Amino acid sequence: MNSKAHLEISGVSIEFPTPNGPFQALDNVNLKIKKGEFISLIGHSGCGKSTVLNIVAGLYQATKGGVLLDSKVVTEPGPERAVVFQNHSLLPWLTTYQNVELAVKQVFKGKKSKAEMKEWIEHNLSLVHMSHALDKRPDEISGGMKQRVGIARALAMEPSVLLMDEPFGALDALTRAHLQDSLMEIQATLGNTVIMITHDVDEAVLLSDRIVMMTNGPSATVGEVLDIELERPRDRIALADHEKYNSYRQQVLSFLYEKQKKVEPINPAQTNLSKVASKADEPKQVSA
Amino acid sequence: MSTSKLTLQTDKSASMLQNLDEKFNNFLRIVALPIIGLVIFMLIWNIGAKQVDTSLGKFPGPVEVLQQSQNLISEHLEERARATAFYERQEERNAKRLAKDPNAPVKWREYNGRPTFIDQIGTSLITVLAGFILATLIAVPLGICIGLSSSLNSALNPIIQIFKPVSPLAWLPLVTMVVSAVYVSEDPMFAKSFITSLITVSLCCLWPTLLNTSVGVSSISSDLQNVSQVLRLNWLTHVLKIVLPSSVPMIFTGMRLSLGIAWMVLIAAEMLAQNPGLGKFVWDEFQNGSSNSLGRIMVAVVVIGLIGFCLDRMMLMLQRWLSWDKTSVAR
Repeated sequence: MNSKAHLEISGVSIEFPTPNGPFQALDNVNLKIKKGEFISLIGHSGCGKSTVLNIVAGLYQATKGGVLLDSKVVTEPGPERAVVFQNHSLLPWLTTYQNVELAVKQVFKGKKSKAEMKEWIEHNLSLVHMSHALDKRPDEISGGMKQRVGIARALAMEPSVLLMDEPFGALDALTRAHLQDSLMEIQATLGNTVIMITHDVDEAVLLSDRIVMMTNGPSATVGEVLDIELERPRDRIALADHEKYNSYRQQVLSFLYEKQKKVEPINPAQTNLSKVASKADEPKQVSA
Repeated sequence: MSTSKLTLQTDKSASMLQNLDEKFNNFLRIVALPIIGLVIFMLIWNIGAKQVDTSLGKFPGPVEVLQQSQNLISEHLEERARATAFYERQEERNAKRLAKDPNAPVKWREYNGRPTFIDQIGTSLITVLAGFILATLIAVPLGICIGLSSSLNSALNPIIQIFKPVSPLAWLPLVTMVVSAVYVSEDPMFAKSFITSLITVSLCCLWPTLLNTSVGVSSISSDLQNVSQVLRLNWLTHVLKIVLPSSVPMIFTGMRLSLGIAWMVLIAAEMLAQNPGLGKFVWDEFQNGSSNSLGRIMVAVVVIGLIGFCLDRMMLMLQRWLSWDKTSVAR
């Protein structure tokens, strides 16, 4: 395998100014990602997963450290780091086709002819099985379909890295499974490098080559990295009672619910107790 | 078996009855109730009008108003007939002269009749639309700039808040003086009175569009802004493809408010400045003080209301046609 990192997140820290002084969201996040790798970022909500993704996307600027893509420093957002947003973020006044067209026109201006662009847009929409709804507006299609179009728009930019911010978080379980299968299929064909944020342990194990588990904020950082050595193509039903699969699952669960147990105050008296009981090796505890 | 058939039949007739019931309810809501409301209003108006005695006679009831509106239309037709007759005579006269001597000096004169009620409606409509269009042309681009730049917003907001509540009547003398000082030309394309009304209308009606546009632009979702950033859209494309369409519903809401204000302002401005239009018609009738005057003014009141209503409906149709967000056009 190629030893040189395709994407490198090195020593990234970020502080947000708040009325009560700066809030350190991330502290010294390091990660090297190879070309074609599928990485999941997992962690409790509020731990700064999205912040990492936004820094890679260039939407936020790190206070310390930085991101290198093919040895070039990332300073601003760009289509080579396409983002699939949690809430699809399609333009509601454009049809499915036009939404993808906007991206294609912007990225391939002067590089593709009109006919080539049309073909490319239709090709990407067929990758996500949306060829039947080219002329539909976002409010005329279901949530799962919108998310598909969002993925098609990102893929159509031919990104070096595809960034996905909880792409299936807002969908029901069946639709989510369906889209996960589509995503695996697309990734097998195109070999994209993907960073995906998720809350869902099964999703992380099923899709990823590596799972990056993040500690709780503030000053969140990479806690553990788990290599998933399962053969592809992966089949969710066959994996359901696969020994290795379940052991990976167990490891992620144990990280999330034992090592990085999140203290959610149920009532004030209990909060104090659980604070005392919480592990000493954790940097700081958040009592939301 | 026969019993089941029977129940089936009763079911059918029950659903038919229900259907009829629904239709009747719809009819009641859309047709009958508004008519009943109108009839009751007319009755109260009729009775109330008879109780009020003014120095110009009794307050006009619905019947007088109907008569006067017919009068106003026939006056208009008479005036038109007189104008055509005048032009025909002039043409005949000139033709005769030219036949005698091809080099004879020929004069063509405009017919100088009094503008009728219908003419005044036309003048008012042209003025209000011109003023409204001018206001929109200023307010939408400026609103977009204010919405995009929070510093520009901070700089201009106090000025907007101060000028927004100013009555047209306060602007009018200033506008009149400035127009007569600045708009000087040998052969003016527009009458000064037209320019004065137009500017007054624009000054008063541009605020709702300006404010709504800027709010619409500044409240564009951060998701869409991120999309624009990831795509590296340049400023112009960002404004045209993301900002403008996403604030179209708000812009239209502002424009509808603006047009309503424009129409109200115009009538007041015409009245005070003696500019041609419906406002002047009302004032002239008031000064005229004949026994018909109140009835004729009442006709103007009704017509002003109807035109205002039609203008609003037109904006609504335009919005329906142009806006992507059909839900924002509900009312």
